[in-house]
Amino acid sequence: MLLLILKRIGLGLITLFIVSLITFVGVEVLPGDACTTYLEREAYGAALDACIKRLGLDVPAYERYLDWASNVARGDFGYSLSGEMPINEVLGPRVKNSLVLASVSILIGIPLAIVLGIITALWRDKLPDIMISTITIFSMTIPEFISATLLILIVAIWLGWLPGIVIIPSDATFYELLSNIILPVVAISMIMTAHMARMVRSSVIQVMASDYVQMAILKGVPYWKMVFRHVLPNALLPAINVVALTIAWLLGGVVVTEVVFNYPGLGRLVIESISNRDLPVVQALAIILASIYVGINLIADLMTLMLNPRLKSLQIRK
Amino acid sequence: MNKIIESIKNLSIGFNSQKGKKISILRNVSTNIKKGETVGIVGESGSGKSTLALAMMGYIKQGLFPLKGECLFKSEDLLKMSSRQLEKIRGRKIAMIPQNAGQALTPNLKIGYQIDEALRLHTDLNKTERDKKISELLNKVRLPSPETMAFRYPHELSGGQQQRVAVAMALAGKPDLLLLDEPTTGLDVTTQAHVLELLRFIAKDTGTSMIYVSHDLGAIAQVSDRIVVMYAGEIVLEGPARKILKEPIHPYTYGLLKSIPKLSLAGLPASMPGSQPQPGSISEGCSFYDRCNLATDHCKKNSPDLEYIKELDTNVRCFNHKELINQNNNLQTSITKKSNNSEAIEVLKLKDVSISYAKQKFFDQLLNKISDQNPTVKDINIDIKKGETIALVGESGSGKSTILKSIAGLLKTKDGQIKFENDRILSSDLKMRNPNDLRAIQLIFQNPDESLNPNHTVEQILSQPLKLYFNLSGEELKKNIIDLLKKVRLGEFYMSRYPRQLSGGEKQRVAVARAFAAKPDIILCDEVTSALDVSVQAAVLNLLQQLKEDLGTTYVFVSHDLAVVRAISDRVAVLYQGRLCEIGPSQNVYKFPSHPYTEVLLGAVLEPDPDIKPKLVAEDIVEEKPPEKGCSFQGRCPRKIGDICNTEVPPWQIGENGNAIRCHINIDELANSQQ
Repeated sequence: MLLLILKRIGLGLITLFIVSLITFVGVEVLPGDACTTYLEREAYGAALDACIKRLGLDVPAYERYLDWASNVARGDFGYSLSGEMPINEVLGPRVKNSLVLASVSILIGIPLAIVLGIITALWRDKLPDIMISTITIFSMTIPEFISATLLILIVAIWLGWLPGIVIIPSDATFYELLSNIILPVVAISMIMTAHMARMVRSSVIQVMASDYVQMAILKGVPYWKMVFRHVLPNALLPAINVVALTIAWLLGGVVVTEVVFNYPGLGRLVIESISNRDLPVVQALAIILASIYVGINLIADLMTLMLNPRLKSLQIRK
Repeated sequence: MNKIIESIKNLSIGFNSQKGKKISILRNVSTNIKKGETVGIVGESGSGKSTLALAMMGYIKQGLFPLKGECLFKSEDLLKMSSRQLEKIRGRKIAMIPQNAGQALTPNLKIGYQIDEALRLHTDLNKTERDKKISELLNKVRLPSPETMAFRYPHELSGGQQQRVAVAMALAGKPDLLLLDEPTTGLDVTTQAHVLELLRFIAKDTGTSMIYVSHDLGAIAQVSDRIVVMYAGEIVLEGPARKILKEPIHPYTYGLLKSIPKLSLAGLPASMPGSQPQPGSISEGCSFYDRCNLATDHCKKNSPDLEYIKELDTNVRCFNHKELINQNNNLQTSITKKSNNSEAIEVLKLKDVSISYAKQKFFDQLLNKISDQNPTVKDINIDIKKGETIALVGESGSGKSTILKSIAGLLKTKDGQIKFENDRILSSDLKMRNPNDLRAIQLIFQNPDESLNPNHTVEQILSQPLKLYFNLSGEELKKNIIDLLKKVRLGEFYMSRYPRQLSGGEKQRVAVARAFAAKPDIILCDEVTSALDVSVQAAVLNLLQQLKEDLGTTYVFVSHDLAVVRAISDRVAVLYQGRLCEIGPSQNVYKFPSHPYTEVLLGAVLEPDPDIKPKLVAEDIVEEKPPEKGCSFQGRCPRKIGDICNTEVPPWQIGENGNAIRCHINIDELANSQQ
């Protein structure tokens, strides 16, 4: 088991290494460099040379990669170009904001999705299922920029209950954020919950049709006891990986929603830094997002291993 | 003793078709279960036997509903009860032992919990008493080390052990009636015999009534007092077990018994034409009319009622049953095979073949070799003659399918050679074989549902080998497909059908036709009849034999069913844990002297005859890996003579009949002790 964990962590590190190489190479092969974008029309002569020297662009690419990589390994992403401030300071509040948005959505969305999925499965083809399924499919199919815009139109503009866009500094406190994030959370949860509820529904239906559920009924196990002991533990196992992917997707910045609501999270930072040609920030973001994906999937896999007795003993036997 | 505990009255169960019509799959079934009695319900797939059994617990599968009739348990109708009331009866009064215990035990709950659950629901015992009871139950079903067994998960047990746990779970509520739905199907022959023995013991010990549902007349014959034969949702014959099996007076039962291959008989069983009608397709007349050789015009128009025959204490649904009363003495007939006039040319030779499933280590991967001291299959030497049928027999894990895959090139060999035609070595890698060799060796799989592409019509399925190997197209291709269909006795109109529109037997015929499309020299048959009903199995066996006689094909026939092997093969090779135990002409392998393993296998075969009881000589332990040295059968051998069996690989001894046995015991001694 321990060996397996170490193996998976090793694989994750290799993935990160490859991601860092790809982003670095990608940035290198783009025409122009940090100095030409930074200096724009003044990028010639002495100013350009000075800039190149100052940013250390005159050393060979592999040396710069090694230098950058070793700094990253120590947690230092260097300086952003546009703000001329340490990237860690740029990222810090953004990461926090994204975390807040993601965790509120997760806390609301995932339990809701599981409950809805179970209800639709247990009352399959009956009224609750038909109603909930229609709504989930509906909110799944509407693209988020439309649903977000509609939310703003109805709740913020027509009804005037909540602010339509988030106008707070990126270093706002948690409580300041909370009142502002209701609409973004609703917009995100709609899609996320719909997807996951469908997943849970089909998984529960599949388990309900299994031989062991029929056996439990014929053994005289009362209905709700059967649902909780025999059905749900087996039906929710495959959901873990989907939940993990959703969490990673949320933390990685829900770009569209953040842009529509003007929310200062990681997703908007990606857009901003790309349009500003702030290459060090883009590199840093790529590494961070990749590590979030790798890390969360690793946790999900380990949880599946831990909770599924079948897989657990397979590992022990080897 | 004669108190009736459950009574089914005029029960019909059906479903709504897409056109809104009510279609019944169970029609007017009435029967009584007496206290302490074991009733066998037998029928082929689709006969409604499982639906009937589940209805006896008041359980109707989703999509089905009762049309009329009642299921009276102690004079209360189960079908009218609320689910609250049913929970009190299920597991406590009536308990179920499911078909596939591996799938019927909840995977995330430990064995102990699942038995405990039944105890908590149906008894008033406290925690310590329940724990004691769990050990007691596990002990009663003869599971090893009951104390630790309770802490295991279902997947950590073997198939036979899982089935025993299911029995223990059913016994927990001390039911008055036990329902067994194909409880031994899918188990190995020796395990099956042991589980049946256990069930018989429990029935006697506890006085519980049992309903035993199975398609296997052999198993039914061993346990039942009374037998109910179902066909197309109706009871067609019902009576005391001995009478039904020895004097079947319904033409369906008669044909069914004749189509079962028997150990004592060489040659192929007679097959029944046609297949069971689909639910809803019978409008008038007898449901067996199409397949019956006694049918008259009267049968076409009128459906017979169940008629009580006093002399035999039997109910029968047939107008012409009297004609069968005198026919019964020739129940033991079989079609003799034309002996193969093989010119003794060896077409395929396996020389010292070993196969390993061990994962290649990194360095071995670089050097492209496999280093495994104890491979799954080892030292296989078989020479296969042109035109013969050689069977590989053994229980699951005996390596029989593994060898087949290696011959086909799907699995690399570790050591040894596979030689084809004039001693040419066939590469063990499929990609290295030339197209002609690929054509010459074809494979037929166990389950036609999985081996036929569901999105292709029969025409497309059959045209693929013809296009690939012979570049046929247009009219010629079509002509060839029709010829092939004719060979497997399917009409031209099957060309446009999809596999899902065919019955199981028809699907397997298409699979056979596909194999023959390549005009192969050798056909590898992997359990080709084990997914089929008995009457269909007989037809497919007859078809294979006919094709072989016409075309001179060689078969390598893998099966776990010794009776089927007896029927079709010229030569038999018995395998245990990937090692050969015995090989020889089939009529001799089935005679003594035999390898102790062959003896165990033969003893465990269930014959559809209440007078032939299985002999249980060896424990049904499951061995995970072949032993590192010595005889492969050392772990279970009832005739083990000592240390030599553990340390030395036994020598080959040739008996006077020409069968070779690999055993340390002198062959003459073996012959004497097995008399």
